[in-house]
Amino acid sequence: MTDETKQETPESLSRRRFIKNTGYVVGGVAVGGVVGSLLPFGDNTKKTNNDKKVSRSEAENFNQALMYFTQEQFTIVNAATERIFPEDENGPGAKALGVAFYIDHQLAGDWGFNGREYMQPPFYNGEKVQGYQGRLKRREIFNIAIQEIQNHSQAKFKKNFIDLTDEQQEAILKDFEEDKVKLTTISPSGFFNMLRSATLEGVYSDPLYGGNTNMNGWKMKNYPGNQMAYADMIENDFKKIAPQSLRDHLSQG
Amino acid sequence: MAKKLPKVDVVVVGVGWGGGIIASELTKKGLNVVGLERGKERKTEDYFMVHDELRYALRYELFQDLSKETITFRGNEKIRALPMRQYGSFLLGDGLGGSGVHWNGQTYRFLPYDFEIKSKTIERYGKKKIPDLMTIQDWGITYDELEPYFDKFEKTAGISGEENPMGGKRSDKYPTPPMKKSPPMKMFEEASKNLKLHPYNSPSANLSEAYTNPDGIARAACQYCGFCERFGCEYGAKADPVVTVIPVAKKTGKFEIRTHSNVRRILYKGNKATGVMYTDVTTGEEIEQPADIVVLTSYVFNNIRLLLMSGIGNPYDSTTGKGVIGKNYCYQVMKGSAIGFFDKKKFNNFAGAGSLGMCLDDYNGDNFDHSNVDFIHGARIGLFQTGQRPIQNNAVPKGTPSWGKEFKNTSIKYANSYLSVGAEGASMPFQHHYIDLDPTYKDAFGDPLPRITYDFEEQDRQLAVFMSKKCADIVKEMGADKIEYLKELGPYDITTYQSTHNTGGVIMGGDPGTSAVNNYLQMWDMENLFVVGASAFAHNSGYNPTGTVGALAYRAAEGILKYQKSGGALA
Repeated sequence: MTDETKQETPESLSRRRFIKNTGYVVGGVAVGGVVGSLLPFGDNTKKTNNDKKVSRSEAENFNQALMYFTQEQFTIVNAATERIFPEDENGPGAKALGVAFYIDHQLAGDWGFNGREYMQPPFYNGEKVQGYQGRLKRREIFNIAIQEIQNHSQAKFKKNFIDLTDEQQEAILKDFEEDKVKLTTISPSGFFNMLRSATLEGVYSDPLYGGNTNMNGWKMKNYPGNQMAYADMIENDFKKIAPQSLRDHLSQG
Repeated sequence: MAKKLPKVDVVVVGVGWGGGIIASELTKKGLNVVGLERGKERKTEDYFMVHDELRYALRYELFQDLSKETITFRGNEKIRALPMRQYGSFLLGDGLGGSGVHWNGQTYRFLPYDFEIKSKTIERYGKKKIPDLMTIQDWGITYDELEPYFDKFEKTAGISGEENPMGGKRSDKYPTPPMKKSPPMKMFEEASKNLKLHPYNSPSANLSEAYTNPDGIARAACQYCGFCERFGCEYGAKADPVVTVIPVAKKTGKFEIRTHSNVRRILYKGNKATGVMYTDVTTGEEIEQPADIVVLTSYVFNNIRLLLMSGIGNPYDSTTGKGVIGKNYCYQVMKGSAIGFFDKKKFNNFAGAGSLGMCLDDYNGDNFDHSNVDFIHGARIGLFQTGQRPIQNNAVPKGTPSWGKEFKNTSIKYANSYLSVGAEGASMPFQHHYIDLDPTYKDAFGDPLPRITYDFEEQDRQLAVFMSKKCADIVKEMGADKIEYLKELGPYDITTYQSTHNTGGVIMGGDPGTSAVNNYLQMWDMENLFVVGASAFAHNSGYNPTGTVGALAYRAAEGILKYQKSGGALA
């Protein structure tokens, strides 16, 4: 690889474009209507405005659009994952980390279609130790479960899920976790566990998948991401290391 | 009608450690070998983007595509076996190098006790020590007979280590010095010495220094990057078949590897194998490869399944305990462990290597007196620093919720402040634990899936609880502020990862009535058919199996060469 590529790394390119287009992009928030409410960080922008670095990369991130969810599904998953991994004094929560985008993108691919799993009939109910035996794919389970989150919120609090208080949203999710929601199509706790795992994946996977915005998930946890070697420090005491992503690795290559 | 190819000297089915070792040893002696591998080609350059926990560890990049083939499982014969639709308990390798690509590299020798387990148990404790239905038997070989082959495998792989004070006798030291010691390893070492135990640096296939093996293969040292298990090594520092034995075989010009070639039947006339039938999975074409000698070197399940589907050997019958193919399926008891949370200490938990650890064998094999416990054998206890990647490692003390504000705060707080000491428990065979063909579920070709009938027994429950207490004692001595350990072993659950240490089903032994292969892994019922791998284990020990698989593969290679010269039964 030559110096030429170094000068034109995607980062420097997009950084320049960002600076040039800042006014335009930020202005986009004001467009309103469908587009405005789709912006994931809508009500979050105010909170994170003081952290310029975070809001910048949100604005320039073309990956933050939907491949699978409807707008309503997205807002529900965005709110639910924030309850699972909320913003706190450690740092951003699932919303600001882009977790709902991560889940959306995953559902659009192999994982959502259970593409590399055995999905042949016959389907029988089994023992718990035999694992998942349903015929539904993950994307179908999410469709059903998200609708049920909404239904259960209406039944319990007479409001849509995203209009509930944090505590009420937690109560709804807890009912799923503890199988207190009566469903015949899917296992409420099975869905909850899947949502919880997917949330942690979105928080801590490489940012290339759409979550872990700015590696902020890793930063909170002091996880250095993609490092080539620890041979010089493996014998030493704990050391904080600035994380690197796989994209850094690519541009080094 | 299948296309029929020209005959070769030897065909090996599956090109992992077993197939690679057989191919390298046989081609060096001038034999023509064809290796049929159903997965794809792999090379070190593939792992440029390997530091990707999601892709490799959670989406199973390197593993067999379960949509095409899986196994079915039931805890006992009374319930219906159902397919393992998603990965959990163990991970099936795929592609060139097989499971040898994604292993951690912990390379042990089974104990002298293992190979003569029945005789030695009876000798020390009497017949009554062995419970009803436990079908342990001697392996038809002793540790001393197998020692040269252990040595050979360790030199090929370049194992880094120091002598195990409680292991079998060694003819030579490890070819490379032990791995570096991280602070948690030093804590484990000191704590276990305080408890009068005998810790040693775990033997490792992640090289401690650059090394050139007897075949002239040079490899670089491990960089402790923290991505071994479930990952391939981007440095080639972790010994795997692709960077050790396969290039040796290829260099002879006598080894032809055909990837995407899924062997479905062993062909034979009378009691002689004539070759194999495989499907080219890229075209769907069925192809016949005739050979003088056939060697099965695929994973445990497929070795068994190929024999059963081909009608070779006497299938095991669990009601009578007679028959051998599918018998003595064993696993491992990986649940006896303890975790310590440290409120004032931080470690570089993110760094590590697959076999970076300290361990001890004071409670393994018959290294301690079992007179007053209700189990035989034991476990290797150890602390390993394999690299705690952030999606899969979110331990919190008991009582902490598993999500929400408190979970987030606590899991972040302890991310680099918890350490685990684990026991790798041996697994004994029982009459009702076995592999056969599933009557209902099929693979992508319409062939039956292998069916596992297996559960934990009282032996396992006693062993796990005993070991977790020992682990907790060590964690306590290490100074942990909060300690948690297993108090009761539940049923075997196929949904949570334990180990890819499945064994048995085509077991070796000294008697054709109770074993499928002799101590050269030659089929008793078919002299030109050899079945290599952990399928030959008559039980599973308290160690990772690859060291013993490697040793047995070298032994088998010697047997194949003997057979090729003079024919006949080797034992």
